[in-house]
Amino acid sequence: MSMDTIDPPMVRFGRYLRDNPIIPLLVFLFLMIAVLEVLRPGIVTPFRAGRDGLISTFWVGNLIKFAIPLAMLAACQVLTMLTAGIDLSVGVVATVSAFVCATLSAIWGVTPAVLIALSAGLFVGVVNGIGVGLVRVHPLIMTLGTGLIATGCLQVYQRLVINAGTEIPAFLAWLGTGRTAGMPNGLFVFIPFALFILWLMRYTGFGRLLFALGSNEQAAKLSGVRAWQVYLALYVLSSLIAALAGLLYLGMIRQTSLSLANPLLLPSVAAAVIGGTSIFGGRGSFAGAIVGALILRVLDTMLTLMQLPEGVRTALFGLIILAVTALYVRITGTR
Amino acid sequence: MSGAIRKHAWVMGLAVLLVVLLTITKLIQPTFGASGLESIARAALPFAFATAGMAIVVIVGGIDLSVASMMAVCAVTAAVLMERMAGAPALFIVLGVGLLMGLINGLLIVVTRVPDIVVTLAMLFVWEGVALLILETPGGATADWLEQAIRGHFLFDGLPKALLVIALGIAVVWLPIRRSKLGLSIYATGSDELAAFRSGVSVGRTKIAAYALCGLFCAMGGLSLAALTGIGEPVPGPYLMASVAAVVLGGVVLGGGKGGLLGPIIAVFVLRIIRTILTLLAVDPNVTTIIEGTIMVLVVMLGTAASLKGARR
Repeated sequence: MSMDTIDPPMVRFGRYLRDNPIIPLLVFLFLMIAVLEVLRPGIVTPFRAGRDGLISTFWVGNLIKFAIPLAMLAACQVLTMLTAGIDLSVGVVATVSAFVCATLSAIWGVTPAVLIALSAGLFVGVVNGIGVGLVRVHPLIMTLGTGLIATGCLQVYQRLVINAGTEIPAFLAWLGTGRTAGMPNGLFVFIPFALFILWLMRYTGFGRLLFALGSNEQAAKLSGVRAWQVYLALYVLSSLIAALAGLLYLGMIRQTSLSLANPLLLPSVAAAVIGGTSIFGGRGSFAGAIVGALILRVLDTMLTLMQLPEGVRTALFGLIILAVTALYVRITGTR
Repeated sequence: MSGAIRKHAWVMGLAVLLVVLLTITKLIQPTFGASGLESIARAALPFAFATAGMAIVVIVGGIDLSVASMMAVCAVTAAVLMERMAGAPALFIVLGVGLLMGLINGLLIVVTRVPDIVVTLAMLFVWEGVALLILETPGGATADWLEQAIRGHFLFDGLPKALLVIALGIAVVWLPIRRSKLGLSIYATGSDELAAFRSGVSVGRTKIAAYALCGLFCAMGGLSLAALTGIGEPVPGPYLMASVAAVVLGGVVLGGGKGGLLGPIIAVFVLRIIRTILTLLAVDPNVTTIIEGTIMVLVVMLGTAASLKGARR
């Protein structure tokens, strides 16, 4: 407020950025890519290393490939954060769906395996939705709890199928590791998915209900919103997205483990937050979260390239997340 | 007034539950006695301290996702220091390190105005990295007296030293603060930040103090972790989830302002004893995880439903 009198252009610029939060994020992304290019000349622009091409499709493809599952899980966080919630079960749900799919493919074939994997996600979503929507448990606690339970179930399930062996469905491997024109095949799933989420948030009644509930739940309820139905649908959707992301991730990693996608949970929250989604609800954008996921991946590459000890890498990762969000809060003046 | 009654009712209910569970344990395993109690208390040590720290932060209206990482930093610091120097100074250095980490968390939250969940999420990575820098692989050693301090019984069988350590650690730090102006400020800030600010509470300083206290308790947790294992382990344990569960089960409301430290500590023991009972029943440890999670969710659901009947929303 005091800045109004000191530096009006700066304030106007800040307001412009607040209305278009994606711009500073994109600037930051390209800045990071530039730093990366300085650190290791030729990684992004191969002609400097004496090879053909202006931009390395291999590098960009890799970047996008590994950002896809993260961005999908970030979508879960963006959607739930719109209603001032959070979904901490997505990592486990993705792992469960990947593990179930890989083990059942070897026994019953691919189609039933994929369907069962997705319905496992659906089930967790229904439980989350009932807990948050009907019983009104805090989403943090509810999804933390279901995540714990699902982990336990997965461990028990693993003992049952321990002899069955695993099989990665061919089409998932194609989606996960294949490339078309240099770009990862995962985009065949991700682009329609991203368009769907953007459409859902911007142009549908459901999206507007999410914003309304997050901005002022009481007002939304008084205007006739049946909040529990929205919450139920929201958490089911979130878990389904997580299950789908788990399947994609399975094709990408081509290995099963009991904690496959769990390390993606906290980065997914970070991607959503960096992308300008408020954890207090009512404000958020999926486009921002996608850029957030890309930023995190570039950051990952950068820290790996610097060949720092693992401890420094982890610490820097945290510090940069904090710095980006703090800067964002400063520039846009929102929380 | 009715709020105070309900709060005490919750803690008393938990205490009754604890006694019932202890009785069940005794029924299942007639030999269960002083030594069984001692091992439960010992296993509960790091959980109890993590929960105490988390409870204070939740009361002030925040949440600290970095507790497990801070405990890891303190555990490795203790293991590295105690390999080189004798007892007491190392102990105080570790406590100081914990306090400092909490202080940094609080300062960052207040200064950057970034939501606490995000700051502590980022700091979770930072502290994890610091722990790895101090000690790359599990190692170091702890002093014998530290291990002795939590092993066995005090004065007579049936009063585990570990229980005494928990009670002392929390009483020495928390009771004087709770009775002081800072304690009142913590509850006021948690109840309604704006109202507290307008009544002259320095909200920022209160928050920083609460996070610093959380760091101090994490240092105690890290010390007990090092004492339990005899080495320093740089990878954070499962204390984040467990402490949030115990805090909520203990009657502290997420959002702040309500609850105490006694409830969460009893809740820690309830959760540990449930685990013991399931082990005694020879239940698959993996099924135990499922049952624990289900109990946690059900209890929280019941608690929320009960408080909804009051006048929360």
